[in-house]
Amino acid sequence: MAVPVRNSESDEAGRSVPPGRPRPLDVVRRWLPRSTFGRHALLVLVGAVAVVLVLETTSPFRNSQFATLSYYAIAAAGLTVLTGLNGQISLGHGALMAVGAYTTGLLLGSAGPPPLILVLVVAAAVTAVVGVVVGAAASRLHGPYLAGATLAFAIAVPGLAIYFDGVLGGEQGMQIDSPRAPAWFADAIYFLSANEMSGAKYLAYIGWATLLVVLLLLANLAAGRVGRVWRAVRDDEVAAELAGIRPGPVRVLAFTVSAACAGLAGAVLGIVVRLAAPSGFTIVLSLGLLTAVVVGGLGSLTGALLGAALLVFLPPAVTNLGTAAGLSGVAAAELAPLVYGVVLVLVVLLAPTGVVGGVRRMWQSIRNGAGRSGVGGNGRERS
Amino acid sequence: MVTDPAEGATPGDTSATDGPLFRVDEVGVRFGGLVALDEVSLSVAPGEVHGVIGPNGAGKTTLFNVCCGFVTPSSGTLHWRGEPVRGLRPHRLAQMGIARTLQGVGLFRGLTVLENVMVGADRHHRAGFTSALLALRRSDRDERALRERAHAVLTELGTETYADRLPGSLPYPVQKRVALARALVAEPQMLLLDEPASGLGADDMAELGTRIRGLRDRMAVVLVEHHMDLVMTVCDRITVLDFGRVVAEGTPDQVRDDPAVIDAYLGEEAA
Repeated sequence: MAVPVRNSESDEAGRSVPPGRPRPLDVVRRWLPRSTFGRHALLVLVGAVAVVLVLETTSPFRNSQFATLSYYAIAAAGLTVLTGLNGQISLGHGALMAVGAYTTGLLLGSAGPPPLILVLVVAAAVTAVVGVVVGAAASRLHGPYLAGATLAFAIAVPGLAIYFDGVLGGEQGMQIDSPRAPAWFADAIYFLSANEMSGAKYLAYIGWATLLVVLLLLANLAAGRVGRVWRAVRDDEVAAELAGIRPGPVRVLAFTVSAACAGLAGAVLGIVVRLAAPSGFTIVLSLGLLTAVVVGGLGSLTGALLGAALLVFLPPAVTNLGTAAGLSGVAAAELAPLVYGVVLVLVVLLAPTGVVGGVRRMWQSIRNGAGRSGVGGNGRERS
Repeated sequence: MVTDPAEGATPGDTSATDGPLFRVDEVGVRFGGLVALDEVSLSVAPGEVHGVIGPNGAGKTTLFNVCCGFVTPSSGTLHWRGEPVRGLRPHRLAQMGIARTLQGVGLFRGLTVLENVMVGADRHHRAGFTSALLALRRSDRDERALRERAHAVLTELGTETYADRLPGSLPYPVQKRVALARALVAEPQMLLLDEPASGLGADDMAELGTRIRGLRDRMAVVLVEHHMDLVMTVCDRITVLDFGRVVAEGTPDQVRDDPAVIDAYLGEEAA
């Protein structure tokens, strides 16, 4: 779904659009609801329809891939808001996902497990609290120091699971009972598509429902004052402070929101994978999220979705290509990280603003080339 | 010798008292062994344009940084509207009714011109985090109000056509005007301008002078500036600093003829 993170295009009144130069998007925009919520809710609705269509027409294997994509995308969306909009780098998001996953495991493993929605909310809340603490420390650090501190956090947290192995299951991890689809939901899906509900498909539905809610809320934040203030603090702390904004609390807030997303992602991961184990939350996970966000385009929710999709679909696709080309299983599997690395290098070289940034720039140059009159274009896109 | 500070100036409609709007009393700043400011005093009346001049390194910017809370003075006090100001922090200025522009432009380069000015208007915001998260009607209304304020100021400064542009793509004088708009939109009672004319051509500078004079019925203005022509034409009163001390204070005419001022400027050149 195309959620514009920067609302620089125009306002509802359309006042900042120079007259006499109709944009192709204006026609579409006229039919969109005027309120921010209405516009974003409409996009989410379209997204929900697409999700149902895709999940009902694909194989169980694809269903489980989509479930995997959903939790990567949730975490990446949270991270792109933190890094892209607020300028804070975090190598600790894998660890924050671990907090969400273990919280989910403990709740679902308890004697009378609470309803799923409550589990997700609690997992997000617990991770948000951890995020406040980490964010408070992070708000005083910049650049490589911030990366270092969050890296330490990423390495320390899985260690806790091993130390408290009585409660958290140690190296083996903690089994998580996946929830089963309630009868009404299975009936509704059967009514819509005449398909039976499978376990993998239900988990994909949970993941995507969570993802759509997360995208809706993050798009709301990014489009309004909160997102603007985050970006202001990112660009110039001194100037933001003179406008009456306290950079410290703003950074902590951004980190907390991002952490809550990571917690939700961890909760969905736990439910989908049915396991929370230290080996699932290594630094590789944190780095994978960061590369997904950079490849997609920093600060763009659409970019986060694209980056996460690349993370999930590229390796198996490359492996398949390798086997088809006659490589042995091991050699084909080794091809995937290579191609992923090459893609990353190419994106950084050719489109430093990520896929979304690159497309946006192309679109702008086409538009400027087509109608070079008056005060043209939005200037060049940055970051 | 000492004239009424408010003389010749339209009194600001916001001034509740007859006393000065802002007062700096015998402020001293030391960086290690270096004395940056030594017993500097300054008094700004409502609706007054007050210039701070002096050779390079005289302590003008340090004085500004004290006024903004970026530098905590080692001695001396600040008074705002008759009340002593303690533990001043920069983020409190906006709420107090003080705005400042930065040397250069200091615009947010990833925000459009309109968004830059909307950040300047941030102290007028009402809606909180939750209504933004859920995009409640209140949040939309709040955004519209901020946008209208920003548009009004951009129009006043003749920069409304650039509203959707990023600052980096604009000519420098336009960027300076946007920076001024961002400070004005907060509707301050006192505006601190740090070298507003740097990098401007003669035409832009003349326009800036007229604009600053035009602000006097809404706010007091304190400016640090190198361009003597501008300072002498716009200021009601001038404080001259040299080596961290006040060497002269008065109207432009008084300051122009003051031997201490001539000494400070010529002395620098001879050294």
